[in-house]
Amino acid sequence: MKRSNRWIPRLAVAGAALLLGGAAAADETLLNVSYDPTRELYAEYNALFAKHWQETQGEVVTVHQSHGGSGKQARAVVDGLEADVVTLALAGDVQALADRGNLIPKTWQKRLPHNSCPYTSTIVLLVRKGNPKGIQDWGDLAKPGVVVITPNPKTSGGARWNFLAAWGWAQGAFGGDEAKVREVVGAIFRNAPVMDTGARGSLTTFAERGIGDVMIAWENEALLARNSLGDGEFEIVVPSVSILAEPPVSVVDTVTRRKGTGAVAEAYLRYLYTPEAQELIARHHYRPSDPAVLARHAAKFRNVELFTIEEKFGGWQEAQARFFGEGGVFAQVLAGR
Amino acid sequence: MSTDWILPNSPPRAARRAGGALADPPWVRALLTGVALGFVALFLVLPLATVFLQAFSKGISAFGAAIVEPDALAAIRLTLLVAAVSVPLNAAFGVAAAWAIAKFDFRGKSLLVTAIDLPFAVSPVVSGLVFVLLFGAQGVLGPWLQAHGVRVIFAVPGIVLATTFITFPFVARELIPLMEEQGSDEEEAAISLGASGWQTFRRVTLPNVSLGLLYGIVLLNARAMGEFGAVSVVSGHIRGQTNTMPLHVEILYNEYQGAAAFAVASLLAVLAVATLVLKRLLEWRMGRASCAARERGHA
Repeated sequence: MKRSNRWIPRLAVAGAALLLGGAAAADETLLNVSYDPTRELYAEYNALFAKHWQETQGEVVTVHQSHGGSGKQARAVVDGLEADVVTLALAGDVQALADRGNLIPKTWQKRLPHNSCPYTSTIVLLVRKGNPKGIQDWGDLAKPGVVVITPNPKTSGGARWNFLAAWGWAQGAFGGDEAKVREVVGAIFRNAPVMDTGARGSLTTFAERGIGDVMIAWENEALLARNSLGDGEFEIVVPSVSILAEPPVSVVDTVTRRKGTGAVAEAYLRYLYTPEAQELIARHHYRPSDPAVLARHAAKFRNVELFTIEEKFGGWQEAQARFFGEGGVFAQVLAGR
Repeated sequence: MSTDWILPNSPPRAARRAGGALADPPWVRALLTGVALGFVALFLVLPLATVFLQAFSKGISAFGAAIVEPDALAAIRLTLLVAAVSVPLNAAFGVAAAWAIAKFDFRGKSLLVTAIDLPFAVSPVVSGLVFVLLFGAQGVLGPWLQAHGVRVIFAVPGIVLATTFITFPFVARELIPLMEEQGSDEEEAAISLGASGWQTFRRVTLPNVSLGLLYGIVLLNARAMGEFGAVSVVSGHIRGQTNTMPLHVEILYNEYQGAAAFAVASLLAVLAVATLVLKRLLEWRMGRASCAARERGHA
């Protein structure tokens, strides 16, 4: 019976050893809190930047990553996740850091080129081999019997782009007849049997679990799925018109001030705009903001009529409040109103 | 399996027939057994086998590479650390609570018993959010903690807290019935012979429940290492830093690294199997111990 008492000190010693072992690293570290589909891009970019920083500044920098649905990630940063930089899916989520947590100045989007968007993307349609449901444009998604896969606009930044892309198309297609727009966009989202919390979850639902006929996806996710998941299992349908998705980046001022990482955090974001990084960005299927790099990859990024959120909806703040706020248009059309 | 059952409320006609359930035609019995076995295979054996098949689908070296990958090692280390803190804590608390509840009478006892069960009743997501509300930057204690440079949430302390909360009831739940059944006769005897309270606890109470305690700890440990929901809420998902093994499995799976995901998952599965074997072993020894105790009692 005495034997059973002896493991307690042993466990305590093991625990202490683990704690001490975990707290050894002392180099400069950054935390990049990002959204779902950028995992592969930033894994490679971090290495590229670390090399650049080592060569120019002679300092070792380690960048840690955290990924999840964009809205959820912004919420975590507001709740105290110590992000030095955020690289989120949409300006509205970065804006939340200014509005709800006072973590960054309200003018954050003017601090870096291209509205703080080193890369853009758009929303396309991913269908199964041979396009069995004959999907050509947004209108086909509203047809009865078509199963649509999209994440939930309530939690996923990508899904909000999906919704606005469909809405923008419908506005053009029905000459601004709001009742008709509501009806068709509502039908598209009611055709979604499941709405995952993030874009990556939706891709898993569509590609791995084989649910759905068409997935509304980031162009980068669609290209990734087409190129690396199963040979020719998926095809990309570029709709007649889509939205220019602008995922912005920002330094989180209060955190970097506290940690003293302001300089390296800003350099980390600025380096995204250099030709080397832009090339990497294009390789990871995002549309580079540098026109020269974009031209080199013209075959991959097909020309499509793109509208911006400012043009159609008067900016993110307005779109966020009108469409995705409590009881907003999204909730209304989903309920068929 | 079904042959020696006599159904208590079988219809009268079947009861009148000689043999009752024994007289079921062989094909019925075969069908029932087949369905039961098929169910077990489909819902228990198949998933477990799939985990291991997937884990080794790209060969042993890929399996090894997935385990020694730095982020995976960090996840394993964090999981062990979390268990190393929350298991002793909850074991100590569980023994203390069970002792107080089973051996003493006091006001508010039933309230305490109910409170202990709270973590079982609350959804893990809510448990996690409670800690965000308490320790988050917008929370009650958050600003003070931040001003003093203490990180609780989105760091290791938060994960330990959430896990400890979730696994709170395991040991106490295991020990309370056991201690209540044993009563306090032996303790009273020890005290009447001049033992101090601490001596009584160490020499009489604790040895009597040592197997039950171990049993509770085994279950507690399994849950502490496997908890997903609450930990996911408070983790912040920083790779190589605040991802436990279950979170790491999800990340790998979402990155289309199926084999790697299942390699890490297989470690958790091994833990589950080891837990079951240990549990069975302890049940067997507890059975023998209580038989022996009863014989001693009769002598």
